[in-house]
Amino acid sequence: MIEVSELSKYYGDVAAVQDISFRVEKGEILGFLGPNGAGKTTTMRMLTCYLPPSSGSATIAGHDVVEESMEVRRRIGYLPEHPPLYTDMTVRAYLNFVARIKGLSTAHLKGRIGEVMEKTGITAVQDTVIGHLSKGFRQRVGLSQALVHNPDVLILDEPTVGLDPKQIIEIRETIKGLAGDHTVILSTHILPEVSVTCEKVAIINNGRIAGEGTPESLMAKLKEGEVLRAQITGPSDQVRELIGAIDGVLDVSLEGGGQEDGEQVYLVTASPGRDVRDDLARQVVDSNLGLRELRPLEMTLEDIFLRLTTEEVDA
Amino acid sequence: MRNFLAIYNKEMRSYFVSPVAYVIAGVFLFLSGYLFRNILMQFNMLSIQLIQQQARFRDMTMPTLNVNEMVVSQFFGVMDFIWLLVVPMLTMRLFAEEKKSGTIELLMTSPITTVQVILGKFFACLSLYVLIVAMTLVYCGILELYSKPDWGPIFSGYLGYILLGGAFITVGILASALTENQVVAVLLSFGMLLLLWLIDWSASFAGPTAARILEYLSFIRHLQDFQRGVIDTKDVVFYLSFIFFGLFLTSRVIESRRWRR
Repeated sequence: MIEVSELSKYYGDVAAVQDISFRVEKGEILGFLGPNGAGKTTTMRMLTCYLPPSSGSATIAGHDVVEESMEVRRRIGYLPEHPPLYTDMTVRAYLNFVARIKGLSTAHLKGRIGEVMEKTGITAVQDTVIGHLSKGFRQRVGLSQALVHNPDVLILDEPTVGLDPKQIIEIRETIKGLAGDHTVILSTHILPEVSVTCEKVAIINNGRIAGEGTPESLMAKLKEGEVLRAQITGPSDQVRELIGAIDGVLDVSLEGGGQEDGEQVYLVTASPGRDVRDDLARQVVDSNLGLRELRPLEMTLEDIFLRLTTEEVDA
Repeated sequence: MRNFLAIYNKEMRSYFVSPVAYVIAGVFLFLSGYLFRNILMQFNMLSIQLIQQQARFRDMTMPTLNVNEMVVSQFFGVMDFIWLLVVPMLTMRLFAEEKKSGTIELLMTSPITTVQVILGKFFACLSLYVLIVAMTLVYCGILELYSKPDWGPIFSGYLGYILLGGAFITVGILASALTENQVVAVLLSFGMLLLLWLIDWSASFAGPTAARILEYLSFIRHLQDFQRGVIDTKDVVFYLSFIFFGLFLTSRVIESRRWRR
């Protein structure tokens, strides 16, 4: 549905986005993750035909964003970072205006606007002037604006920014409900948002894609080995020696300081694909040490994100 | 056409739901009414003096006063200036506000061309202008009650006014497209309008060719023929090409984000 290849955007000599390539299939939700200023908004502006790329190409539903800009614009709904609202209009008048410039026929207008308001939960405020609405409602009006012409592709730039936790959950649920019918690209700098809403993630940093895939595959790719968290009582030197001798264990380290002989938490790194839990448990118990806890450490998106983005900085 | 109408209706709505249209119409009509009254009173006084003189010298061959020249032309002359002050207020928010609030992003990512946006805004503003100008026809109606004005020059004068308004609005829209700050937009349009207003002044000190060019560029010079009742293609072409060129520049400015840093 969306294909981006080697897309770049330069502002003067400064590269905002460099050689970005990714694709999104129909019905998928792609999370566009990156710190502030990474190039998320620039990329989205290029996809929505607001800014032309300096080089590279992007197609939406087979239409090039530069060559067939009008065709692309008909097929996208775009919610910029600041919802583009006319604060002197009522919600209904605003959606009516947007629907018209998006090319919706007059016959379908009224029903469609009703549907969209229902979907985003703003039916109750339809006659309120937008300037009097709270931030949460404005964000929803912004979302309705992007949805009103029932576009194939939705491009949402930080749709949950500035909302309270309850509203964030509601907006996320709304967006999740859109997948399937719509292809969605969603940018955010908030990690849990991606793991909650998106099937696919592209991590962008300093204008480049630092990683792409499902949240799971990204985690798998970056795991340098299985890490176990073991809580064991006993002298730490003895424990370390014991665990280090197990076949397949690469590294043992203490999590934090702690007392010498008391209960300690050890992080055990095993070589990829090896499950050393059984061996470890047997060894510890056989040596008359206390095994209190043993569990594999899941790498969170947070870890991946930090690893990817800091590696990029180091490079 | 649909897109044009959508923008046009939106702008018209925006003028009339906010106090802008009412305040501007109110202030303009009050000022122009006040000036019209004074011009009329002055004409009245002159007429009385003239009648007294005719009576004193028993000379019926003295020239009579022309209402068109003494009242209508003079009135048009002051109206020009009020509009020069008012039009920038009508145009200042047209693009500056869209830029500031980010709604320009909505317009520019919708299946609608820049030209449609500009024309929608231009004609909305022009309609409001024509509406307010048309209300001053009441003043000419008052003249009709008490004297015999010649309606030809009045109508051609109004036509000139519509063209002049179009040119003013074009300048205002261009200024508004250049900035996201409405105050800057107003000041820029004042600057450009005053310059175009007074540009033929420097013609007196310029060489023969330059003088002709400067005179040609003057806004008021082209208006004079209309007010005398002459609709000259040369003047119509001047205003229309000015409007066309100005709106073209505006579209370039709006599109400049595509190539600017």
